Amino acid sequence: MLLTLGLSVVLLGTAAGSQGWQAWWSVGADAVSHQIVWDIRLPRSLGAWLGGALLGLAGAVAQGLFRNPLADPYLLGSASGASLGVGVYLSLWGGSAWAMNAWLGLGLTGAAFVGAVLAVVLTLLLARGVQQTLRLLLAGVVVGVVLGAVTSLISLLQPKVLQAMQGFMLGSTAFVSWSACATMAAVLALCLALAWVFARVLDALSLGEATAQSLGVPLPQARMALVGVISLATGAAVAHIGLVAFVGLAAPHLVRSLVRCTHAWRLLLSALMGGALLVLADVVARVLLAPQELPVGVLTAVLGGGYLLWRVYRDADSGVRS
Amino acid sequence: MSAALQTWQLSADLGGRRVLQDIDLQIAAGRWTCVVGPNGAGKSSLLKALAGLLPLSGQVLWQGQPVASLTRQQKALQLSWLGQGEASSLDLRVWDVAMLGRMPHQSWLAAPSAQDAQMVEAALRATQAWDWRERTLGELSGGERQRVLLARVMAGNAPTLLMDEPLANLDPPHQVDWLEQVHCLLAQGTTVVSVLHEIGMALHADDIVVMREGRVVHHGAGRDAATHAAIEDVFGQRIRIHALDGQWVVLPRLGGAITSID
Repeated sequence: MLLTLGLSVVLLGTAAGSQGWQAWWSVGADAVSHQIVWDIRLPRSLGAWLGGALLGLAGAVAQGLFRNPLADPYLLGSASGASLGVGVYLSLWGGSAWAMNAWLGLGLTGAAFVGAVLAVVLTLLLARGVQQTLRLLLAGVVVGVVLGAVTSLISLLQPKVLQAMQGFMLGSTAFVSWSACATMAAVLALCLALAWVFARVLDALSLGEATAQSLGVPLPQARMALVGVISLATGAAVAHIGLVAFVGLAAPHLVRSLVRCTHAWRLLLSALMGGALLVLADVVARVLLAPQELPVGVLTAVLGGGYLLWRVYRDADSGVRS
Repeated sequence: MSAALQTWQLSADLGGRRVLQDIDLQIAAGRWTCVVGPNGAGKSSLLKALAGLLPLSGQVLWQGQPVASLTRQQKALQLSWLGQGEASSLDLRVWDVAMLGRMPHQSWLAAPSAQDAQMVEAALRATQAWDWRERTLGELSGGERQRVLLARVMAGNAPTLLMDEPLANLDPPHQVDWLEQVHCLLAQGTTVVSVLHEIGMALHADDIVVMREGRVVHHGAGRDAATHAAIEDVFGQRIRIHALDGQWVVLPRLGGAITSID
């Protein structure tokens, strides 16, 4: 039992690594200069891995906490918050393509992060804390819709913002710098540690809130910490790579279908899986229309959506059989 | 006889409706108490209140101490609660589910000890769920799942067990198994409180609490004629309790006439 578990972890780990290495390798082989590899492609691939890992982790925590396999990291309004942050920033200070300007890019990252975190805070306020899961989910949906409407209004009033916004909404790993990698790595380490500490709470919660409470779980504190993990991880990811779709939803599903394990392992593996998925998607997005580049978010949306649809049909079929 | 659990002026509301009304109850230690009554009588709420899982007015005492004053871990160690239809995500393996029962005994980040593993194995074997230990809850039938959840409660080894509908989905042989497990637990000094819809099984309990509309209408020994009369009464005289081979059987009372089989 433990052997199979350990083996799958190692397999997943090496898979995540090898894909990462493969991406860097191919980039290294056809690079014109060391500088391009080192300053652009390496941080980009690493950034894609880190961003994917953050989304995978946030997705796994969200699915465990809300006990809903359809929960994704953007559930608490962070995605729409980040979009609004970017929209407001662009309409106030921007106008030129956001990624062209490093200074502007950095400001955007901050705006997206602040927007994401503020949206989660707003959701928490509306839900009056983290005590009621359903209320939290509803508040997240409301915040998402309302902030999304405000963002649409801004881009409607200022059409020049629209194109730059689009780049962010689709998600792209093209402009990740070393400092961005460092930030994401730090956030990932912190979030993984926090999530690991509260992983047992997620196990207990799978038997229902009352059961978890009867087992002596410090539910309010755990919920607060786990919501913190979701918002921090999602905020850091969307701030740097934009709204990459489906990685946070698909990675935990993929892990669940491959390995039977408790949440402690599921969280770790979902992060590894999310990283591997996004690096892979990033490589494909770069070579598919080369020398043109597809926004990675488009690819993850298509691939992730297709995968989930396939799973739904497969589960439905097996459900009929049993 | 000492009381394991005691309530005083216990009332509780759920969704703006009063579900428990001024309940004064003494649950005897080391005995099996069964709570019976029609749907919506407040049986599950009473069990939740005893487990300290329901906001309430009045008081619940565990061995003389207010349950509300116990720490989370103390409460979890002393009172083990099994709800009905609680599991919402079925991805966990059977072994991991049963191991959750050991949670109150474990320190926060520690790996399960040899004793934990031993207790979990014993509990899974007792409910005949051991063979599925590598399977997930989602791969089991309703009755099989229930046996795993029972194992989870038994693995906790708490001196007081509160079980809501433990026989739900169980086939007759496994209902009998459960009865035997309860007798084993009682022999070890465990206090068992259960909510049962299977009145025939409930009549094996030492004591029976009969509820209607959030109130306790009768509390007496399972073999007492007065208890039987109270049960027949809360069910609107639609059932009759008969003696058969030294046990009690419950038969439906069709069309207002008493049906007699013997």
